[in-house]
Amino acid sequence: MLEIEIDGKQVTVEDGSTIMDAATKIGAFVPHFCYHKKLSIAASCRMCLVQVEKAPKPLPACATPVTNGMKVWTRSEQAVKAQKGVMEFLLINHPLDCPICDQGGECQLQDLAVGYGGSQSRYEEEKRVVLNKNLGPLVATDMTRCINCTRCVRFTTEIAGEMELGQAFRGEHAEIMPFVEKTVDSELSGNIIDLCPVGALTSKPFRFAARTWELARRKSVSPHDSLGSNLIVQVKHDVVKRVLPLENEDINECWLSDKDRFSYEGLNSDDRLTVPMLKQDGVWKETDWQTALEFAANGLRKTAKQNGPDSIGALASPHTSVEELYLLQKFTRAIGSDSVDFRLRQSDFRADGFREGAPWLGMPINEVSGLDRLFVIGSFLRKDTPLLAQRVRQAAKRGLHVSALNASAEEWLLPVRNRVLAAPSVFVPVLLQVVGALAAEKGVAVAEHLAAAVPSAVSEEARAIAQSLASGRKVAVWLGNLAVQSEYATEIHQLAEEIARLAEGAFGIIGEAANSVGGYLAKAIPLVGGLNARQMLEQPRKAYLLLNAEPDLDFANPALAQAALGAAPLVISLSAFKSPALFAAADVLLPIAPFTETSGTFVNCEGRAQNFNAVARPVGETRPGWKVLRVLGNLLEFEGFEQNDSDAVAKEALADGDRPDLGNRLFGLEFKFADQAFTGFERVSDVPIYAADPLVRRAPSLQKTRDAKAPIARANAATLAAIGVESGARVRLKQGEGVAEVQIVVDDTVAANCVRVAAATAATAVLGAMCGEISVERV
Amino acid sequence: MSASGLILAGVDGDRTWGLQDYVARGGYSALRKIISEKIPPETIIAELKASSLRGRGGAGFPTGLKWSFMPRSFPGAKYLACNSDEGEPGTFKDRDILRYNPHTVIEGMTIAAYAMGCERGYNYIHGEIFEVYERFEAALAEARAAGLLGQKILGSEFSFELFAHHGYGAYICGEETALLESIEGKKGQPRFKPPFPASYGLYGKPTTINNTETFASVPFIINMGGEGFLNLGKPNNGGTKLFSVSGHVNRPGNYEIAMGTPFAELLEMAGGMRGGRKLKAVIPGGSSAPVLSGSVMMDCTMDYDSISKAGSMLGSGAVIVMDETTCMVKALERLSYFYFEESCGQCTPCREGTGWLYRVVHRIENGLGRKEDLDLLNSVTGNIMGRTICALGDAASMPVQSFIKHFGSEFEYHIENKKCLVPPEVQYEGSQIYVRP
Repeated sequence: MLEIEIDGKQVTVEDGSTIMDAATKIGAFVPHFCYHKKLSIAASCRMCLVQVEKAPKPLPACATPVTNGMKVWTRSEQAVKAQKGVMEFLLINHPLDCPICDQGGECQLQDLAVGYGGSQSRYEEEKRVVLNKNLGPLVATDMTRCINCTRCVRFTTEIAGEMELGQAFRGEHAEIMPFVEKTVDSELSGNIIDLCPVGALTSKPFRFAARTWELARRKSVSPHDSLGSNLIVQVKHDVVKRVLPLENEDINECWLSDKDRFSYEGLNSDDRLTVPMLKQDGVWKETDWQTALEFAANGLRKTAKQNGPDSIGALASPHTSVEELYLLQKFTRAIGSDSVDFRLRQSDFRADGFREGAPWLGMPINEVSGLDRLFVIGSFLRKDTPLLAQRVRQAAKRGLHVSALNASAEEWLLPVRNRVLAAPSVFVPVLLQVVGALAAEKGVAVAEHLAAAVPSAVSEEARAIAQSLASGRKVAVWLGNLAVQSEYATEIHQLAEEIARLAEGAFGIIGEAANSVGGYLAKAIPLVGGLNARQMLEQPRKAYLLLNAEPDLDFANPALAQAALGAAPLVISLSAFKSPALFAAADVLLPIAPFTETSGTFVNCEGRAQNFNAVARPVGETRPGWKVLRVLGNLLEFEGFEQNDSDAVAKEALADGDRPDLGNRLFGLEFKFADQAFTGFERVSDVPIYAADPLVRRAPSLQKTRDAKAPIARANAATLAAIGVESGARVRLKQGEGVAEVQIVVDDTVAANCVRVAAATAATAVLGAMCGEISVERV
Repeated sequence: MSASGLILAGVDGDRTWGLQDYVARGGYSALRKIISEKIPPETIIAELKASSLRGRGGAGFPTGLKWSFMPRSFPGAKYLACNSDEGEPGTFKDRDILRYNPHTVIEGMTIAAYAMGCERGYNYIHGEIFEVYERFEAALAEARAAGLLGQKILGSEFSFELFAHHGYGAYICGEETALLESIEGKKGQPRFKPPFPASYGLYGKPTTINNTETFASVPFIINMGGEGFLNLGKPNNGGTKLFSVSGHVNRPGNYEIAMGTPFAELLEMAGGMRGGRKLKAVIPGGSSAPVLSGSVMMDCTMDYDSISKAGSMLGSGAVIVMDETTCMVKALERLSYFYFEESCGQCTPCREGTGWLYRVVHRIENGLGRKEDLDLLNSVTGNIMGRTICALGDAASMPVQSFIKHFGSEFEYHIENKKCLVPPEVQYEGSQIYVRP
């Protein structure tokens, strides 16, 4: 520890601290532009120059290490003179276009110029003009305003993992730019907007939409990935104008993924369902709530009476709040059916009934930075959970060794020490080898129920993973979405659990959506012999309640889902959006509020229940989903539907405090694995980052990104040769009755004999299950 | 080029750069002595300290002290770098050393590597003198073939790999940390210090960087002893030094003279003033050193202390001589343009300030000066100096300040009369360069 005096105040700081750290500690503000607590130190803006005793010249607070007994003055005459001098330099070439600049009102340069700038410029020469750059559909540029702080450059390099921006040219000609003909395609790109201290990088979707001081700032929680990033939603006249990160060091730090940041555009989409609608004689008509609700209630009552309550099933998206999921299952169970599920993209439910609790990450998110070994099984980590991948990236810089078992090795922009590329059907044999090798490394016996299946021969790759895990002190094993959505999810789960046990590490499930944990806690799963999401479609019901889900895009098997829903005499859809597939499947559409227009709770992957309030009034006739379900309960005269607000629902649904109801272990489940050889090609499905839920699918700017334009189908060169096509050719994909004609491109990160086919996209909505066999023919 | 002194002694232009000639001049005897007598590194560093050799690149930092900063017990790689990125206007001594006597640099670096325990070294050569880079490569090949460089040098257990590396002519790459960045393949931009290269240098490893001439002096110090080298010059200013004399003299070129030699003698060696004209001003240490008036300069001796006392710096030893036909505003305009063009753009005061300085001086030169411009220039330079990451900001400011200080009346004349104090035809006579009336 070091003693230092700043502006006459004594402060003790840790060894290696800078003057800026010490100043922050005592609350002294040192003006700065290039310094950012999460980025490396550039010390180039020179705004933070301070006076240090015995130093002949002012020193930058951000980069000067503290020494014991140091005396610093941040506001002395020398310091302020230096700061004012720097401010003058920053302003001489900065345009005076604040009135038309989106950064106006929240501009660090503008703010600091008030304190440190002159009221008149001494610079009477010509000002510099810098041409704008095309950084893609999300980030707008006004490069003449740039002060070359290089925060954006350091962000792309250090946090996003790939240097997509750089400072080209020298001296006064220096410019921040992307590589020639390239844009910034990172899934975290929006953060450079926040980082830019001036108006050089601003939000393209928000461009000229409002002045920042006209916007209300309201807290919320992201409804997308399983992290539950904290948001500040900015609203003007009840319209969401933009979304910013709400800093939460335990979850999203000060960042947001582009999905969390720009999906708000979907809220204002033309697809919004704003009025209840009824299908009468095959024709959709707008109606009032009373009529629509009575139609739904009567329909359900009639179906239960005629076909028994078991003929009714409820299907909800995991992007739905705890309150809505809780009331949905309560309502379904009140009818007398146990068939309720929110795990729409899963195929394997054999673990149900054997679970310790709700599957979760197995550790707090902020402990990722302390891991030294991590084994990620079946995950599109970077696109599924961009900020979790970012945490892993930072941990890898500090010595975390990452191993991965994947069917398609997307680039994570972090060092993966051991990688096994295998078809999903081969995951189980590979994991069995890892179990065997790890048990040998640790000198511990394999659990009884698995012992017989563990092979004696172990591949080099499996051994390398085992050795890596065995040598760790803080280990974690995570299952990704591909693993959870696999047909072999149960076996993969059993083996991953065993690997974590042997490695004495945490075992976690990353989770697919904002409420993947909350759905379990809300009991939106079959508990007493009801049907799960897959069974409800394979054994068609007479009536379905559909919550926030689109039949063609939100299911593991869209062909099956559309067929089952299409054939059902009654489908009641509670949705914020309308779509052709919903019009085709449903009989009544009840407009419910998206997350910005209602209160609710999401439970993120670490089991943290985060509630949010409405930030805007519901659009049109839209009502909060929990209220709609409560009224349906009232209409059917069920007990227990008297809640006055969402808090009451949440209290009922979730126990307070600790989450003893979380748990990843499987109890008393036998290990049964029949190694079946695949004859044809195996489908590997990713849910593209901007296709995962109804809201993000309707965000136009995100749909213009490179990620949204990723190829639908890809396979490695050998597979393409086996199909008999070249990269870029059109092929016919066939699963059961479903045939889709798409372009296929070569991608050597796809495992042998696999074809990676994007799910949740219009082009593949006619196909069958996200996993299993698929036939591919040249056109 | 003079054939006196140490480094340039006995060299005969392009004909005698090779290994054979160097050995004939006594070359590699210092290295052989160290290897055969197993002289301990501490002794070598002690000799360096005794010699009072000061860095020849411009800052004049005591070389022995710098070498002693290298952490001796550091496990793993340590690097040595030679700064031959000679880009300062007026400086051309390293070019001639590498061209005419490259082996003395190789030998000096090898001894330095031995003294500091470095296994690898790089000689970073200015990109605009490419033939020198090729010459150095040829010398390296000779040294390697003769077992004087590479693995197990002269049959000992000592190994040292030395490589030539060339930049592309950016002045800023002569700043030692920018030079390291450039070797690493990055954009040449200075690093913030601390950490200093001795603890975090090339590829993050301890690194010592010295100027070409500094390394070239090392073999002579070993041969004649630190004391002997020191006695060639004067206390605290040991040895001989190359001076690149340019400007209005009859025989511009490199002159290696003992430290402490009067400037008048150096001027004499360079053939005196061209056309017998009157000496007006001298920049004694490369373009970034403050300018001195001719009369002050005539009383100086050529060493760090004397020049420093006169208010300038010995710097790299580039002596730019200007006679009475020189327009000081025009001279400053040219210098300011150089720094404006060569600023790396990393930190604010230099990126924005050098352009401002140039534009104002340019305006004055072109008859658009304003009364308040001189105060403005002084104020802007004050805001640049000492506020930047590297010394380029200071280098850009010092000429401006010193030109105004010593020749302020010329600037004022320009501003008031919208024309030069020195008539265009007189300027033409002196420099043979057309000057717009």
